[in-house]
Amino acid sequence: MRNLPLDSDDTGCDTDREKPVLQIEDLAIQIGGSAARPVIRNVSYDIKPGETLCVVGESGSGKSVTSLAIMGLLPDALRSCGGRVLLDGEDVLKASPARLRELRATRMAMIFQEPMTALNPAETIGRQIDEVLRIHTKLGRKERRRRVLAMLESVHLPDIERIYDAYPHQLSGGQRQRVVISIALILRPKLLIADEPTTALDVTTQKQILALIRELQQKHNTAVLFITHDFGVVAEIADRIVVMNSGQVIEVGTREEILAHPREAYTRMLVSSVPSLVPKRREAERNEVVLDVCGLSKTYADKRLFRRGRPVAAAQDVNLTLRRGEIVGIVGESGSGKSTVARCIVRLLDPTSGTIRIHGSDIAQTSRSHLRPFRRRIQIVFQDPYRSLNPRVKVGDAVVEGLLNFGTPRDDAMAKAKNLLRTVGLDEEAIHRYPHQFSGGQRQRICIARALALEPDVLVADEAVSALDVSVQAQVLRLLDEIRERTGIAVLFITHDLRVAAQICDGIVVMQNGRIIEAGPAEEVLTAPRQAYTRTLIEAAPGRGWDFQNFRPLQIDSAKPADAMQPKQIH
Amino acid sequence: MPSSANHAPAETNTELMNGPSLSLQDAQYLAPSLLAQLISALRSVPALVAFVVIVTVVLVALLAPFLGTVDPVAIDPASRLSRVSAEHWLGTDAFGRDTYSRVIYGARVSLLVGAGATLMSLVLGVLIGVIAGYFRTADAVVMRIMDGIMAIPSILLAIALVSLTGGSLLTVLAAITIPEVPRVVRLVRGVILTVRTEPYVEAAISLGTGTPTLLVRHMLPNTIAPLIVQGTYIFAAAILIEATLSFLGAGLPPEIPSWGNMMSEGRMYFQLLPGLILYPGVLLAATLLSVNVLGDVLRDVLDPKMARKS
Repeated sequence: MRNLPLDSDDTGCDTDREKPVLQIEDLAIQIGGSAARPVIRNVSYDIKPGETLCVVGESGSGKSVTSLAIMGLLPDALRSCGGRVLLDGEDVLKASPARLRELRATRMAMIFQEPMTALNPAETIGRQIDEVLRIHTKLGRKERRRRVLAMLESVHLPDIERIYDAYPHQLSGGQRQRVVISIALILRPKLLIADEPTTALDVTTQKQILALIRELQQKHNTAVLFITHDFGVVAEIADRIVVMNSGQVIEVGTREEILAHPREAYTRMLVSSVPSLVPKRREAERNEVVLDVCGLSKTYADKRLFRRGRPVAAAQDVNLTLRRGEIVGIVGESGSGKSTVARCIVRLLDPTSGTIRIHGSDIAQTSRSHLRPFRRRIQIVFQDPYRSLNPRVKVGDAVVEGLLNFGTPRDDAMAKAKNLLRTVGLDEEAIHRYPHQFSGGQRQRICIARALALEPDVLVADEAVSALDVSVQAQVLRLLDEIRERTGIAVLFITHDLRVAAQICDGIVVMQNGRIIEAGPAEEVLTAPRQAYTRTLIEAAPGRGWDFQNFRPLQIDSAKPADAMQPKQIH
Repeated sequence: MPSSANHAPAETNTELMNGPSLSLQDAQYLAPSLLAQLISALRSVPALVAFVVIVTVVLVALLAPFLGTVDPVAIDPASRLSRVSAEHWLGTDAFGRDTYSRVIYGARVSLLVGAGATLMSLVLGVLIGVIAGYFRTADAVVMRIMDGIMAIPSILLAIALVSLTGGSLLTVLAAITIPEVPRVVRLVRGVILTVRTEPYVEAAISLGTGTPTLLVRHMLPNTIAPLIVQGTYIFAAAILIEATLSFLGAGLPPEIPSWGNMMSEGRMYFQLLPGLILYPGVLLAATLLSVNVLGDVLRDVLDPKMARKS
């Protein structure tokens, strides 16, 4: 699929053509004017025309800060304090604000993670793209409109005349990101910085956007600096990879070097933490059923003053069973209703119809006050570790909250909390500390400890590892699996990430538009999907052809991927 | 298949993950303690001046009997409308009452009205706000009533109340409190509505936490910061409304030495003795200005979203 030759040794190459678009030399960035240790130091890399350089790293590694420095968009609190950033030979760090503004449109452009907030909600799409031309060119109104429409056409938006006059909220997330790309590329910059541009999108949309960036890059020979935490995406698109950690470059190399032969221990750890898409083989659980959901539906009616609103079905006729010690995954894209189902099951939402049986007792229609004894049977862990813990409540008090609610004496509860914290891999002294003293992964461990305190039969994990870095994600997944083995708890695991589902789930339920469209053992669903939609989902999973744990392309045995999805040839 | 050998590096490298983090989410939790923030906020000159003024007024009000004052309501017809003298430091009014003593005791009245109205509107507002925010069925009814109260001009309501029941401290307090309550209700309701969808609140619900605990432990603490800020504005508004009402003759009974009463009575003799209006007026203005400046400072510290970019 790539036309570009991929020769990493450029000894014989025409040096003029290979002159880098961007050269970063020993960049250092510090906080304010303080003489404290710089947050970014000794960062050096370069990008050649037509090349895709992926900067990977976990949160806090400094990958985004570096890109902001390139764009001259560092927040006030941060200052560059050394090194050079050469864009076409011109040092961006020394450029005046006016010059930077000019460079930003014509030489370099940036696209961001959140396509909604990157666009002005009060202006039409056409005007927003037109603005770039209005400011930076002397073209007439007609010519500008022609250029904008041509650009919209080239990012494959349908019905471009309509979209020209549309407002951002009238477009889908993927369409918005296409518009953002239009704005970035309309002046044909030499460098495109893409900061996690597909992270907020569903996998199928992500696949299309990645293909679009590649297509435009080839057409205009643009250099792309692609910032991401997702090794799947990296495996898919990178020519070369920069690995960053704690504000430093750990390793730079071609895609093959980093993914197949990483030199640094950190890189090895990072790459091998990426969960495999190949499901683990597991015997089917034959234990008793602890959770039985039958015909569950949740319908929202948008309330109107005088007429009845159109009912919206968030979940329809959902059936699933969960046995002791089993992990069942609900996968689907955003809006598929998977979270609605999870929240109905823990009764944070009241289901419209259907039954939810825990050990045989139906809790679907039980009133809030009668629900209380059942609360301890089923617990939930949420996605966002930063908002799942009350910042004003000490960790110990958070963990024992449920126990105290059900009448355990405080001393016993505290002893149990210490135990639980050890179980989830934290120091028992943690009970005296506040949530902000812990990292995201540690906080998620605390949340798990809190949920386990009541010894529930069912744990609902609603995207519980989605906000975590891969290495932390791997640890938390392993923790869940250990706990499952030790306590026999059943886990309902809601995720959008098929890799995670493949790693941990015994059974998988695929949801689309509020309905279950396929369900079965993980191995069956992931390797021999029966439904077209499931296949689409699997094919859209980035980096499908690479076996990250073993640092090699995947040996295909069961599923033959479509040609387009195969990664570039490795030599 | 991934073996444990491949997982080993992940364990050994956990320390790397806890290195310096640049995430913005972390930054907000690393904020220094509230007290430290407040102290650092006082470093600006206007804030410090305002703080000193407030502290002085409070001290003066508390120590009124020991500041060389005489009975502020004692009438002495022999020395009415006297000018500044050793006996009457700021002169006397039309009834021969000592202006200095009345101004000092007036601070007591103003602060009492301010604190009382603030306390009452916060307590009522929090109660009603929690009901509206947490119990969704009550929301529509409660909020329409609040809208109704907000639609009545506060001075008119106060005049109506006072003329119905006769001027007393309690009536004036009620007249000032009632129009302020809806603002507090809106604020508390808003916070409760936002907080109730926070995952930690939902986690508490699924842990079987009862409604009272849920409210007190997980929801209400979030209202403290905005309430402190709102409280300063109510405090200033209450003092001003009391002065206005008293000036209009619809406030406290005339024998009570309030700044508003004094200005109202002094109006007739303004050309003869400008001090009768000037002294309480200047104090009133200084107090209000200081409270408002401190309110802004508190808002900037406690509610960064509302802070003006300076």
